[in-house]
Amino acid sequence: MSEIPNNLKYSKDHEWVNIEDNIATIGITLHAAESLGDIVYVDVSSLNQELKQFDKFGEIESVKAVSDLFVPVSGKIVEVNEELESNPEYVNDDCYEKGWIIKVEITNLNDLTTLLDSSEYEKII
Amino acid sequence: MKNSPYIPATDSDQAEMLQTIGVKSFEDLLSDVPKNLLFPELKLEEMLSEPELVNYFNYISKKNFASKKKTSFLGGGAYNHYIPSTVKAMIQRGEFLTSYTPYQPEASQGTLQVGFEFQSMIAQLFEMDVCNAGMYDGPTALAEAALMACRIKKNNKILIHDSVSQKLLDVLSSYSKWQDVEIINYDEIDLNDQESYSCLLVQSPNQRGEIIDVENLSNLIHEKNGLLIHHTYPISLGLIKPPGQLNVDIATGEGQSIGVPLSFGGPYIGLLTCKKEFIRQLPGRIIGQTVDKKGKTSYALTLQTREQHIRRENATSNICTSTQLIGLMVSVYLATVGPEGLKQISETCYHRAHYFANEINKINGLKLVSNNFFNEFVIESDKDVTEINNYLFSNNIEGGLNISDGDKNLLLFAVTEMNNPKDIDETIGLLRSMHD
Repeated sequence: MSEIPNNLKYSKDHEWVNIEDNIATIGITLHAAESLGDIVYVDVSSLNQELKQFDKFGEIESVKAVSDLFVPVSGKIVEVNEELESNPEYVNDDCYEKGWIIKVEITNLNDLTTLLDSSEYEKII
Repeated sequence: MKNSPYIPATDSDQAEMLQTIGVKSFEDLLSDVPKNLLFPELKLEEMLSEPELVNYFNYISKKNFASKKKTSFLGGGAYNHYIPSTVKAMIQRGEFLTSYTPYQPEASQGTLQVGFEFQSMIAQLFEMDVCNAGMYDGPTALAEAALMACRIKKNNKILIHDSVSQKLLDVLSSYSKWQDVEIINYDEIDLNDQESYSCLLVQSPNQRGEIIDVENLSNLIHEKNGLLIHHTYPISLGLIKPPGQLNVDIATGEGQSIGVPLSFGGPYIGLLTCKKEFIRQLPGRIIGQTVDKKGKTSYALTLQTREQHIRRENATSNICTSTQLIGLMVSVYLATVGPEGLKQISETCYHRAHYFANEINKINGLKLVSNNFFNEFVIESDKDVTEINNYLFSNNIEGGLNISDGDKNLLLFAVTEMNNPKDIDETIGLLRSMHD
C-alpha cells in the first residue's frame, strides 16, 4: 500500500494538496507516481495563470506515458518547482516533499470541501 | 459475379451475406449503376507476347513530350535536380525497399540507422538542434509546425507573411480546419498592438524566388512572444544562411529537391526541424542513438510518449505513415554530394538563374520583377504567357510556370544545374526572336 499522509487533501485524479494559509502546494500521489513509472519530464503552465478547479495545468511524462495534470483547487499559479526541470525523478523518489509541482493562491476555499481526505482517497486506489 | 481467385468468399458465404443485408443477388447491390454500363463486353485485342508488349509501350512512350524535351524551367515548389545513381542503387536493396516502419522498430536496426542519419544530416544542413524522421511533404511539415507553435505558446493565432505561397496556405487551411486556429495575414496587423501570436510563417526563398530577411522578422515576432517558422528550399542552403543562423525556432522544407524524383507530385518528404527546447511538441518519429547492453552502438525510437499509439487523442499529431524510403533517398543524396557538392550545386543554380534573368530582362517587352532571388524569378510580359510557353514548347522547351494575376502576364522561371548553358542560350534566343 502506498503512503498517504493524513495531513493532505486528495483529488480523484491522484493529486495531493497541502494547505498553508491561502497557498495550496500541489503534487501527485505516490500511487500515481508508482503507476506512471520513471518520470522523465514535467511540463507546467506558466506563472500567474488563473485556473478553475480541475482545469489542466500541465503534463507529466514518464517512460511509459504522458498524462495530464489537473489543478485540485481554483487559483493563480504563484510558484513552479523549477528543480523538477533537471530532477524530474524527485516525483518518484519524494513525491510529497521535493517532488511538489506547483503552488497556487487559492481563490475559492469551498473547493476544498469537494476534495478527499486520506482515508477516502485510500478507498479509491 | 464470377468466381475469382482474389475473392475468398465462397458461393455459400455470399448467399449468407446477401441474405443478411436483405438483397437477392450481387447485381441488386449495383442497381444505382445504369444498366448499359454494367458488365460491358471488353473488346480487347489479342494477347501480345512479352517482346511485342515492350515494343508497343516503347512506341507509346515516344509520344510523350518528355522523350524529346530539351530542358524545363518549371519550379514553384518542386524542382528538377540531378539524382546521382547511388540513390537508385540503394533504394532498390530489398532490406530497404519494404519500407514501412516495423511495429517492433528496434528489430530493424538498419532502417532506424538510416532514419537517424537522415535526421542528423537535415539538422546539420538547417543548423537546427533537432529534426524528426520525416513528414509527408513540405506543406504538411509547415502545417504541423504551425500547430506545434500553437501548442507551445498555448495561443491559436497564426500569422502568415506574404512570402508564403498559396499552395502552402491551402494545405495549412485544410489541415487546420477543425483545429480551432485563427490564420491572420501579417500585413493586416498593427505591430504596436498588445496582441500576442503563436507564430509567424515565412517562406524564404519566397514564392517569387526572393530571399527574405528572416532574421529581422524573427526579432519582430519574438517581441510579440511568438515563434518564427521558416519554410525553406534545402538546395538554397548550400549558398544562403540556414535557419539556424537566423534565430528561427522551427524550420521546415520540401525534401524533394535533394534526391527525390519529381514523379507526378509525390511521394515527397517533409523536413521538420526545431530548437531543442521544443522537442516535446515535435510531431512524428524521432530516432535516437544509444548503446545496447553489450555497449554496442544501436538505435531506438525516442520520445514515443508523444505519439498516437500511446497518447491517443492527445498525441502531437495523427501522422503515422512512414516516409522511410524517401528519407533514404535524401540521406544517400546528401551523403553522395557532401557539403562541398551541395554548395557547388547551389552556386550553379544561382549563377545560371541570374544570367538567364538578366538576359531576359534585356529583351523588349519582358521585365524581371523579382529582387534578390535565388534560382527562381518572375518575368512580367507584354504578351500572353500561354503564347510564350506554346512557342517554347514547339521548340521542345518547357517554359516557366504561368502565374499571371489579373491583367498582369507573369511567368515564374526556375533554373537548376539541369538547365545547361546551351539550352539557356537557346531559350534566350527564342524569347528574343519572339519579341523583335
